Amino acid sequence: MYRNKKRELIPLSATNTDNVNVDSTPIESEQVNMPPPLLSATNLTCIREERLLFDQLTIAINAGDIVQVEGPNGSGKTSLLRILAGLSQPYEGEVLFNEHAIATCREEFHQHLLYLGHLPGVKGEMSAQENLAFNLALHGASDKSINTEATLAEVNLTGFEDSLASHLSAGQHRRISLARLYQSNARIWILDEPFTAIDKQGVHALEQLFKAHIAKGGCVVLTTHQDLLTFSEQQVKKITLDYTFDSYDE
Amino acid sequence: MNQPKTPHNLSYRSVFSLVLKRDLTIALRHKDDIINPILFFIIVVTLFPLGIGPEAQTLSRIAPGIIWVAALLATLLSLDRLFKSDHSDGSLEQMLLSPQPIFILVLAKIVAHWIITGLPLILIAPLLAVLLHFNEQSYGALMLTLLLGTPVLSLLGAIGVALTVGIKKGGVLLSLLVLPLYIPVLIFATSAIDTAALGLPYSGQLAIIAALFFGSLTLAPFAVGAALKVSTN
Repeated sequence: MYRNKKRELIPLSATNTDNVNVDSTPIESEQVNMPPPLLSATNLTCIREERLLFDQLTIAINAGDIVQVEGPNGSGKTSLLRILAGLSQPYEGEVLFNEHAIATCREEFHQHLLYLGHLPGVKGEMSAQENLAFNLALHGASDKSINTEATLAEVNLTGFEDSLASHLSAGQHRRISLARLYQSNARIWILDEPFTAIDKQGVHALEQLFKAHIAKGGCVVLTTHQDLLTFSEQQVKKITLDYTFDSYDE
Repeated sequence: MNQPKTPHNLSYRSVFSLVLKRDLTIALRHKDDIINPILFFIIVVTLFPLGIGPEAQTLSRIAPGIIWVAALLATLLSLDRLFKSDHSDGSLEQMLLSPQPIFILVLAKIVAHWIITGLPLILIAPLLAVLLHFNEQSYGALMLTLLLGTPVLSLLGAIGVALTVGIKKGGVLLSLLVLPLYIPVLIFATSAIDTAALGLPYSGQLAIIAALFFGSLTLAPFAVGAALKVSTN
C-alpha cells in the first residue's frame, strides 16, 4: 500500500555526517567521544492521509547545531517538527531528549523546548504586551522583572505595545510570537517557517539571534524555503524530505 | 547558556490564576461570549409562558424543567468557545507545550468558562423563576441545584469539546457526545426541585448532584488533557 522507499537525509558537507544520520546507521558507532545528542529521533515513520511522508528517519541534533528541514510543500516538514516537539505521535519510532523518551520527561523537555508553529498563538483580544507577558509566564522562562516593552522593541514593535493584536498585521503577529526567542532559556528551538511574513531586516536580525543561540550551546531546527544567508553552507545541516505524489500498491 | 538556567517553575496556584485571568480578560473584551448564552437562556424561558398560556398552575409545574433544560442548552451553546479559538490560533499548542501540568491549565479554562456562562445563569434564574410562577418553597432547591449542577455541565462539556476541537464541523458530534452525560444532572436537579415543592427533604438528590460535581471536578481535567493531546495530534 505505502510506498516503501527509504527517504534519505542528505548532509551537505562531509564534516557533519555524524550529526545527521542516514537510515539505520547506528549513532553510537560514530559518536564514541561525543556528548549525547540534545535531541534525537530514531526510526521515525510518519503516515498522513494514507500517504507515507517519511520512513525510518533517524536524526541526531547536538548542541550548537542549526538544522534546516527542506522539501517541497506537503513533504512532511511540519509533521516532522511536530513529532520532534512531541505534539504529534509518529507512526513508528521515538524522539529522545538527552537520551530519554520525551513522553517520560514531558515537563523537563518542555522547559528546554521552544516550539513556534505556523500559527502564531497570539490572541486578538489581548495587546501585544499582554500576549508576550502571558506566553513568557506560561513557559516559566521568566520572572516578573522581564521588560516586555524592551523585548517588543527588539522585534520592532515599539509603539504597538498596547494595541490589541487584532488590529495588527500577520507579520506583526509573527513578531509577537518571535519576541519570545529573545527571552528564552530553552536550548532547543523548533521553528516552523519562522520567516513567514517577516521583512528582510527582520530575517537578518533573526539569523543573528540564531547564531548567538547556537554559540551558547543551543540548537535550532527550522523549516524555511529561504536560504539562511548569513550562515555558511557548512554550518547549516540539512534534512531533505522528498515529496512523492503516488502511493502505489505493491 | 552552556549551563542553562533552569526556568523557574510556577506553583499550581500561579499557573491557575495566570490562565484564569487571561481567559476572563479575553471574554470581557469579547462580550458576545458572555451575552450570547445568557440571552438565549432568557429568551427560551420567557417564550414558554407565551406559548403555553399564563395559567399559574401549569407553569409552576413545568417551571423546573424549563429552567434546567434552558440552562443546559445555553451551556451547550457556549461550550464550543472553550477551546476552539485557542485551537485555531495556535495558543492551545503553546499551552500543551508549556512546562506546566496540563490538568491545571485545563481546570483554569473550565473555571473561567463557568464564571462566564454558569454564574450569570445562576444569578438570573430566580428572576426568571418569578416569571414562571415558581413554587416559593423550591427557590432554595433551584439555587442549590444550579450551583452544584452548572459546574458539572462545564466540566463534562469540556471533555466533549476537547475531543471534537480538531474536527472542522464538530458541532453535531459535540451535542451527541455531551447531551447523554448531561441527562443525570437534569433528572436529579428537576427531581430535587419537585420534591422541594412538596415540602419534602431533597438532600438525597442534592447529594447525587454533589457527587457528580466532585467526581467530574477531579477526573474531567485529566480526561480533557488526554483528549486535547489526541485532538492536536
